[in-house]
Amino acid sequence: MQTSSNTAPIDLSVQEVSKHYTNFTAVNRLSLDVPKGSFFSILGPSGCGKTTLLRMIAGFITPDEGDIVIGGKSMRNVAPNRRPVNMVFQHLALFPMMSVGENVGYGLARRGLTKGEISKKADAMLERVGLPGIAGKRIDQLSGGQKQRVAIARSLVLEPTLLLLDEPLGALDLKLREHMKLELKQLQNEVGTTFVYITHDQSEALVMSDRVAVMNKGQFEQVGTPQELYYHPKTAFVAGFVGNSNRLEGVLTNAAEGKTASGLTLALTPTQPASSGATSMFIRPETIALSRQETEIASFANRLPCKVETLFFDGANSTVQVKEVATGTQLHVALPHTGQHSDLVPGETVFIGIRAEHVQAFQG
Amino acid sequence: MLNHKLKLSAGAVLAVFAFHAQADEQVLRLLTWADYAPQAVVDQFKKETGISVEVTLSNNEEMISKLRATGGAGYDLVNPSQDRITGPAKEFGIYQPIDLKKVKTANFIPSMLESTKKVTGLGGKVYGVPLFWGTDGLVVNSAKSKAADYSDLCKPEYAGKTAVRLKRPTLIGMAFSMGKDPFKAYANPKQYEAIMTAAGDKLISCKKNLKYFWESKDQLLNDIRNGEVVAAQMWDAGGWKLNTENATIKFIAPKSGALGWVDTFAIPSKAKNLDAAYKWINFISRPEIAAKVAKSAGSFTAIKGAENFMDEVMKKQLAESFPPAALKNIKWYPAIPAGLEEVDGKVLDKIKASN
Amino acid sequence: MNTLTPKRLTLYLLLAPAILWLLLLIILPHVGMGMISFRERIGPGEFAGSLKQYRTFFEEPLYWNTFVRTAVMSLIATIMALVMAFPVAWTIAKVAKGRLKALMLAATLLPFWASELVRTLGWLILLRGSGVIPQFLAFIGVTDQPVELLYHDATILVGLIYSSLLFMLVPLINALETLDDSLIEAAYDLGGNRLNILRKIIIPHAAPGIAAGSIMVFMLTLGNYLTPVVLGGKSSMWFTEQIYTQFITRFNWEQGAAFAFLLLGLSSVLVWLGLKITGQRFADAMRRT
Repeated sequence: MQTSSNTAPIDLSVQEVSKHYTNFTAVNRLSLDVPKGSFFSILGPSGCGKTTLLRMIAGFITPDEGDIVIGGKSMRNVAPNRRPVNMVFQHLALFPMMSVGENVGYGLARRGLTKGEISKKADAMLERVGLPGIAGKRIDQLSGGQKQRVAIARSLVLEPTLLLLDEPLGALDLKLREHMKLELKQLQNEVGTTFVYITHDQSEALVMSDRVAVMNKGQFEQVGTPQELYYHPKTAFVAGFVGNSNRLEGVLTNAAEGKTASGLTLALTPTQPASSGATSMFIRPETIALSRQETEIASFANRLPCKVETLFFDGANSTVQVKEVATGTQLHVALPHTGQHSDLVPGETVFIGIRAEHVQAFQG
Repeated sequence: MLNHKLKLSAGAVLAVFAFHAQADEQVLRLLTWADYAPQAVVDQFKKETGISVEVTLSNNEEMISKLRATGGAGYDLVNPSQDRITGPAKEFGIYQPIDLKKVKTANFIPSMLESTKKVTGLGGKVYGVPLFWGTDGLVVNSAKSKAADYSDLCKPEYAGKTAVRLKRPTLIGMAFSMGKDPFKAYANPKQYEAIMTAAGDKLISCKKNLKYFWESKDQLLNDIRNGEVVAAQMWDAGGWKLNTENATIKFIAPKSGALGWVDTFAIPSKAKNLDAAYKWINFISRPEIAAKVAKSAGSFTAIKGAENFMDEVMKKQLAESFPPAALKNIKWYPAIPAGLEEVDGKVLDKIKASN
Repeated sequence: MNTLTPKRLTLYLLLAPAILWLLLLIILPHVGMGMISFRERIGPGEFAGSLKQYRTFFEEPLYWNTFVRTAVMSLIATIMALVMAFPVAWTIAKVAKGRLKALMLAATLLPFWASELVRTLGWLILLRGSGVIPQFLAFIGVTDQPVELLYHDATILVGLIYSSLLFMLVPLINALETLDDSLIEAAYDLGGNRLNILRKIIIPHAAPGIAAGSIMVFMLTLGNYLTPVVLGGKSSMWFTEQIYTQFITRFNWEQGAAFAFLLLGLSSVLVWLGLKITGQRFADAMRRT
């Protein structure tokens, strides 16, 4: 695969690792380098093998092939409790039979620290995650967000080389999740520990990560910065999985033009040099210009008269579904944040413009 | 007040049973020992009288306890040993006198009937008529043991291969084998206690010699059969049963005398179906029926002429186990005065607890 | 009257069978027993109130010893049952999956399809001098000749544990099944080893189940009659046997009732102590069963 763009030492190196089960291969000859101090996310749908990969890094699953190197040392035959890695579990796995302080101090106690040292370190770490003075509370007295932070504190207090996070935000409600995303990113900036984060939520991955690997069927489709993934997806899978897109199936008629199954001809930019064959075309809703006057979209390669079908008002994420007049092709178009066009009514005629570079075609 | 409550609840239970009985047919509720009411005899009784018999199996102590709990209700006829009748009759009022006019007394061997009338007599009334008699003695595997008296069970050469029951007959037998007479001491509690304590001490010193205190007859018989036990205190019927299977196993009367018991008919104070009870007594006391039951129980009866119908093998076994002198030497249990069992109980507890 | 709303009435009616049951079959007999235990026979059919039965218990070392012996052996049986049941419960709750799990559960239940008597007699057949196990031990040369394995205290323990193991297993399995595997993984991940995870995570989590199982097994063994009588040796005294003897063969209901009450008191006190020491609440433990 590719090497990291900066020169920081590599904290985690996954080398040609595979894991096979009776009926399927969960992880297939997968390699990965995570530089020190970075926030690395593995993004993929459920069943893509990301959890297996994470558990192999943590040591709960032994790879069938390949090696995992952490902090420069091979982890072959190293048990989870001896790895310089800690994990924040999906449902946090806080110990309900212990107080908050005992939870955070558990790992320290296993290292043989004295009671005084343990409580000092635990208190300091709790303060760092914004929960000063709650060491004496029981776990069931905490709110969802507080539990989250305690779980992270419990791992970070051990100063691991690598912190693994297994979709820890999944159980939170939406508002809190949005908030925790920012907080987690900030925390990682402050402590500088290398984070490996797995999620199926593309927004979590894009917001927090320095780099993201998109995983599918046991392999990485693409590894890159969030921007690279979003603007320059390398595969149809990434284009479809990261962000929202209008997906149109069709054929390439030549190197710069495709025709959808519904009969719409679009000027486009192929991602692989190809001039014919079946293709999937992706157009992001926010790249489509919308106007009531045809003249305003004169500069676009693709100019399509459409009829408004449905308006989906969702504040900043409002879209409108339109139908291309000639072929009946349906498209989602983002509405400007300015509130312009919020007065569209179904049945109204509008004009949309799409640049050729915003129609990304993948052979499929 | 409590007694009243107990009676009330017992009455309620009885009412249910009585209803059940009357709704169907005439029923005789018989509380007795295993083998004392073989199915063939029960069937024949039903055919002749139309009365069906509900048999509940029990032993001397349980008979008393069961009747005590109900104040003498729940059964129409019982077969307790003759020494266990007057005490509970006086203490708990669980038996009623027998109407000898309703019993065909001519069927009984006169000497046995007279003796039982004496032992079960209370306030000029008779509470029992005899049915079976038998003895407690020793079952010995003659190929492996020469034990001839209870005290021989304690000999070291039989260590781990002898057994007794932890019950009062064992204490009594041991006392006789030590040359004492506990029966004579029945009237003198102090003396009785001294004798029983001495017998108990003997058993305590003997305890490590015993394989176990046997509880179930079948368990003991099995262990004698397979040689794990070579000599044990046991009653005659069990010994003869083994003798029939294997002639080297014998029932012997101990030198100091076998203990003789007589099982009787007695009628609970609140029996419902007196008519059926007397019918059963008179039915069983027919010689040919008595012989059938005797064969099933392996015991000898108090019924005149029953021996004519008896098995030759049993007669031979009796003769072998009891030469005339031994027969004369049988120690018959007299009626137990109330309170003696407490003395026995304490001694038995002490034996069990000792090491 | 104004408080007897239809809802309340329904509640009372629904509770009535349970209350009747408690009253008729548990409370009334105990009241009766209690009254019998506080009286003394002074003549044929005559009784007077007295503490003699209880005095006898404390003055007669035999009864006292039997009482203590029964309690101690029941405790040992409980602890051994716990130690033996724990790995089995763990396997069923956490390791076995699907059909194997169902099969293992069925296997633990299987002995209970036979009556307790049959099960106890089974041990008799296995352990007796001419039985299977002594013969086998002699055959493979562990002992010179078949050794009598019956009639020892250890035999009683084997029988007691065997007949009560299920009652330890079920609450343990229930308790362990609710333990989230990720807690164990988390502890392992944070540096815990097996022993420490067992002590700090698994046992605290299973504590209500352990308490429930121990209470059940303890009460069952303490009140067991058959096993000690059938498997016990010449010197084996069990307190329930003493109660039976007093009631049935000594015709001494007063003494028997006093013994029964003392046994009830003993089990209550020991269960209370056990809960106190382990910091469990009775209600929590009972919910686990």
